[in-house]
Amino acid sequence: MSRARPQRGPLPLGKTAEQLPDPSDWSFDLIDQYHAVIKRTAQRFGLDTYPNQLEVITAEQMMDAYASVGMPVNYRHWSYGKEFIATEKNYRRGHMGLAYEIVINSNPCISYLMEENTMAMQALVIAHAAYGHNSFFKGNYLFRMWTDASSIIDYLVYAKNYVAECEERHGLDAVEEFLDSCHALSNHGVDRYRRPSRKSLAQELRERKEREAYAQRQVNDLWRTLPKRADKSGDAAESRRFPEEPQENLLYFIEKNAPLLEPWQREIVRIVRKVAQYFYPQRQSQLMNEGWATFWHYHILNQMYDDGYLSDGVMMEWLKSHTNVIYQPPVGHPAYSGINPYALGFAMYCDLKRICESPTDEDRQWFPEIAGADWVPTLDHAMRNYKDESFIGQYLSPKMMREFRLFTIVDDEKESELEVAAIHDDSGYRRVREALSRQYDLGSREPNIQVWNVNLRGDRALTLRHFQHNDRPLADSAQEVLRHVARLWGFGVQLESVSAANEVTGTWSVSAPEETS
Amino acid sequence: MLQIVDRRLAGKNKSIGNRERFLRRYKEKIREAVKRAVDGRGIRDIERGEEVRIPKKDVSEPVFHHGQGGVREIVHPGNKDYVRGDRIERPKGGGGGGSGKGQASDTGEGEDDFTFALSKEEFMQVFFEDLALPHMIRTQLAETPEWKSQRAGFTADGTPNNLHVVRSMRGAIGRRIAIGSGSRKELRELEERLIVLKRHRDRSDAVKEREIHELEEQIEALRARLARIPYLDPIDLRFRNRIKVPVPTTKAVMFCLMDVSGSMDEARKDLAKRFFILLYLFLTRHYDKIELVFIRHHTQAQEVDEENFFHARETGGTVVSSALVLMEEIIRARYSPSEWNIYGAQASDGDNWHHDSGRCRELLADKLLPLVRYFAYVQVAEEEQNLWEEYSQLAEGHPHFAMRKATEASQIYPVFRDLFKKEGAAAAA
Repeated sequence: MSRARPQRGPLPLGKTAEQLPDPSDWSFDLIDQYHAVIKRTAQRFGLDTYPNQLEVITAEQMMDAYASVGMPVNYRHWSYGKEFIATEKNYRRGHMGLAYEIVINSNPCISYLMEENTMAMQALVIAHAAYGHNSFFKGNYLFRMWTDASSIIDYLVYAKNYVAECEERHGLDAVEEFLDSCHALSNHGVDRYRRPSRKSLAQELRERKEREAYAQRQVNDLWRTLPKRADKSGDAAESRRFPEEPQENLLYFIEKNAPLLEPWQREIVRIVRKVAQYFYPQRQSQLMNEGWATFWHYHILNQMYDDGYLSDGVMMEWLKSHTNVIYQPPVGHPAYSGINPYALGFAMYCDLKRICESPTDEDRQWFPEIAGADWVPTLDHAMRNYKDESFIGQYLSPKMMREFRLFTIVDDEKESELEVAAIHDDSGYRRVREALSRQYDLGSREPNIQVWNVNLRGDRALTLRHFQHNDRPLADSAQEVLRHVARLWGFGVQLESVSAANEVTGTWSVSAPEETS
Repeated sequence: MLQIVDRRLAGKNKSIGNRERFLRRYKEKIREAVKRAVDGRGIRDIERGEEVRIPKKDVSEPVFHHGQGGVREIVHPGNKDYVRGDRIERPKGGGGGGSGKGQASDTGEGEDDFTFALSKEEFMQVFFEDLALPHMIRTQLAETPEWKSQRAGFTADGTPNNLHVVRSMRGAIGRRIAIGSGSRKELRELEERLIVLKRHRDRSDAVKEREIHELEEQIEALRARLARIPYLDPIDLRFRNRIKVPVPTTKAVMFCLMDVSGSMDEARKDLAKRFFILLYLFLTRHYDKIELVFIRHHTQAQEVDEENFFHARETGGTVVSSALVLMEEIIRARYSPSEWNIYGAQASDGDNWHHDSGRCRELLADKLLPLVRYFAYVQVAEEEQNLWEEYSQLAEGHPHFAMRKATEASQIYPVFRDLFKKEGAAAAA
């Protein structure tokens, strides 16, 4: 496989390095100096990033950002208040340290540096967030396709103001209830296959008015056809399905088709949907993203040490945090809570580099295209073109499975015991890899629920369908979520859970909400 | 291009709006927690934050997710000795193959309550809201009975110990100059004429001799007159002046009087407690030191501690005057009205031995009201009995006596309306 990129490894340093000062307290001047070297080093590895904006914030502000899903600005909602209270409490009691960093997929890319960090930690954060995550945001196909880094902050400012305006006009309660319902469906408010068009804020604003009027007209049209239809024979009307194809984006469907929503409510559905869409790539690429950032802070800082920029003290300090971050407790350990994305992601990128640089026979057999290739372009390619699911499916090597001692357990409800289906041996590698890959597939992690039918002729009830994956049922929360759907839809809603054999195994239903207005 | 932005000073408390919305949503729970706290706390430590617990399911946000069951294949790290085909007993409690916090935690089973701390301000906010209180302003009290003497210039009369010698002498000099000036001028002229006459003296000129003699006599008389000007006259005296200025007292004593007879149930006592708390809070805004005296009574009055005051219950009849008598005795013995600001707060269900009510009115009008700064009476029951009627007569002539019926917490505040109004006026001035 030939590559156009000329770069094979780090470019030469070009000049002699002088060790950077290493007091534990940071200063703006020091951050500037460290950043300059980190930037030069990152560029030698060919990392392509958005421009960086580093923001120094306090622990409290970090909690603020934490609570509003990591964004510097967001609309107001009680759930963010709850999040903040929980975060603050845990932090105060020392149950958790705060994240060292929050980085925002925006252009320029904003990274938060916490005031309490030492200089060594600031260097780690800069390398990790401002160069690792930043280059991932800019390069990975999911982010390129689904999010628009240049307009997200503007959009959130718009959303915040719009929601505030609605609160003023329609009352806190009405807006809060409505947002609650939208949030309940936000995971089902994303387009998985279609790429949304990119719009600037100005376009958004201009189009909003138009859209409100248009959507309302559309909705009316849909329902206006009813009397005519009613004349025809029942069978014919029955056979006319709406929507014609099942739809997976519940919020989009509601925004466009719910009969009773007011224009401001449609706009709020749209805001929640857009924010959910913005975060959708992050949910699909956590392992790759964190692994990438961890890999690069590790390599950039090590390179800087080799070049003579960093003192031993700085090295020891960030390595300690690094080691904590990539610790993977084994199953059964009190600290075990699933696979640590930092650990596996970091190990996989390191492993890819190893396969490029010193492949074994096994590697040549499993990865003929990359064994012995140049590592920088190989990693770059992997970062750009995969998500967690496919990244593991493509690159998890037998050596990694042995190192992590991965094994799979099948939990079948019909069996009285769990079964170990595969372990890290010749006969198990492929199965373990496939199982792990599936585990990162959002499609199988979250229930697959689609808009199935609307009873256009009768009571306008909405039917949703849950397509079971491996016969896994829905949790009890479904009934409560359905109440939220009914609030949005305005009429009765029912949900059918359908097994692989196409049998309905469970139904939930909620009658039309009481008229409130 | 790098930008480093220092955000530390900007955007503090960005979550406050979200927190407000959270508190708003769980207002009922929070109000309950505050009510419980008010019941459990002493009057003195009402001003604290409070831990609020909300069941986790009430704060959860539902989403569609998978439940238990079906077929799942989960990958775990850290295999020790399993080989393919091993069968493992299903862990109890349905964690799903020891997936730890994987998907099982989403169900929110067996998790703790969601707890958070209400700050002192938020706590008081809720407490005041319950009482339908307007916003209170911290300020000094407008009028105060304690006086402090301080120097205020000089005065013409006073006691010798306050005599200011220098000031007095200065006045004397001025007076002497002023009174003697005409005589001295005349004297000077006469003396000059005498010198002129004597220079051209001619003993034979009898007319001139007589003129000289007269001049000498006049000079003599003027000298005598000048000599008679007093060195120090009573009008010269100046004394240091001291005046009395009012100073805010920093000490207050609050008498809590409550009927603990059988008819006072827990709900009524709770109402009474809020009434006392409100007065106490008002006093803490004005005084550094506040003493509380608890007097409970049925047919006899007794001074008790706070615990016994609110929680002991007696049976039997009611003689309200016994408490008023005891209050007066305690004031005379321990709290001199010149040193202490005395406040009285009485709570009762209005039930009283009917011959006693008139005596209560007399006691208040003659003995207690002249001593206290404010006396508030709350009847925590609806029906009007003779005590209410007797007290009603008092309310007209005594602006610092207030009474009110309250069957809900929100009805308590108007009792103190005048008290708080005074404060508002002082603040505006």
